[in-house]
Amino acid sequence: MLTFITQKKSSNKLTLQLLIASVLTLGLAACNDNDNVVEEVVVVPVTPVMEYSYSITLTNLTYAQPLSPVAVALHGDTKMWQVGQSASVALEKLAEGGDNADFIALTSNMATTSSEGAVPPGASVTLDITTTEPMATYLTVATMLVNTNDAFSGLTGVDISTLMLNQEKSWRLNVYDAGTELNNEAVGTIPGPADGGVGYDATRNDIDLVGYHSGVVSKDDGLSSSVLTQAHRFDNPAVKLTITRTK
Amino acid sequence: MKVIKQSPIKSALTVLALSLASSTTMAQELSITVTNLTQGLHFTPVITAAHASDNHIFMASEMASTELQAMAEGGDISGLVSMLNNADANINENPAAGLLAPAMSASFTLTNDSANTHLSLAAMVLPSNDGFVGLDSWVIPEAAGTYTVFLNAYDAGTEANDEIRGSGAPGEAGMPVPPPLDAVIGMNGTGVTDMESNDKVHIHRGSLGDSDMSAGTSDINNSVQRWLNPVAKLTITVQ
Repeated sequence: MLTFITQKKSSNKLTLQLLIASVLTLGLAACNDNDNVVEEVVVVPVTPVMEYSYSITLTNLTYAQPLSPVAVALHGDTKMWQVGQSASVALEKLAEGGDNADFIALTSNMATTSSEGAVPPGASVTLDITTTEPMATYLTVATMLVNTNDAFSGLTGVDISTLMLNQEKSWRLNVYDAGTELNNEAVGTIPGPADGGVGYDATRNDIDLVGYHSGVVSKDDGLSSSVLTQAHRFDNPAVKLTITRTK
Repeated sequence: MKVIKQSPIKSALTVLALSLASSTTMAQELSITVTNLTQGLHFTPVITAAHASDNHIFMASEMASTELQAMAEGGDISGLVSMLNNADANINENPAAGLLAPAMSASFTLTNDSANTHLSLAAMVLPSNDGFVGLDSWVIPEAAGTYTVFLNAYDAGTEANDEIRGSGAPGEAGMPVPPPLDAVIGMNGTGVTDMESNDKVHIHRGSLGDSDMSAGTSDINNSVQRWLNPVAKLTITVQ
């Protein structure tokens, strides 16, 4: 069981108060057999719509691992994956096949964008994303290392609410393993140019927990059945990511 | 520095507030979560300690103590516990109540005395001969907040990395094989190397492994039990 303790005491108290408030509200509603709780809604004063824009640049730091079309999403306080938990099917499709369509379409996303194509080794891509949703202050970026079974890099649920205009923040990102497909590196199982094999397969034949990737072995380093060569090996970090708030 | 004139009472209050705010002599309460980031390694019982700045569980490029050797070769933390107790450290032992399995986390709290300003951690990684995940003397922040630290795997430099089944006793060759490992590592390996020419604690070069579960040079499975750093994440909340 993962336990992330990031809330401060004050917000815990607030959560408790809100919980008590909502329990009381529910109790009243139940007692009165009255579904009309419109009176409880706080009226928010009408304010001009604020627009928030960010520029996100991703650089592929690997030697020979093209990165699948990069998915970028803004959303509320949630994480799209966690070490020690099973990958969602949307993440599995991204990590096994480089297909980010389902990942982009997740209902928790409030704003999304994707690079048009893969990002070759040594290359960078810059994506702009804009939202008017004030709650969309958490960032997720995900991309597959396509010459692998199910390796991906990225970050998820990172709070960007404190970014000032023109402020920049950078990360060097490690490589995760979706845990949904064995790292057998076998012919026909790797979607990238090293193989041209099958991407997503619904069968889960690995640990079924997201973790950090152990790297590819390759046929040159002791896995004779591997379709990969020494060139496809990688190390952490694999990706550099920079976000700048532009509006 | 800007000097603002104010009434004596206000000044006295400010001094009092400052002395409270900058107080470093109070104990702190730490909520700690250690996460095994790997998908193929087990950690033996984890030891975490808050200790004085001049104490160390290990230091890179220094020889391992016999207490560290016992932990790194066999997962036995009892020697480190008594060493740290003698140094008046605040200790948490074995938060996972046994092995910390791949991708799993363990959480615990640690209250550190005012003199114990540094945090260290160690646990053996399995399968390995004398590999361990380590943190050496991280300075515990005074400010409340949540801090994340990523940890690398070290080699104690006390045993040749032959990568074959053997003993967890200090000074004896081979890797210890507790029950969950027995089913997932190979056998009959002929041995990767019988040399350990760097006898100082160093960043582990990683395991070689092989893809043959019943022969070959290594009993480590190369497509599952290798690793890249970092191998663990430590989340520390200072209350």
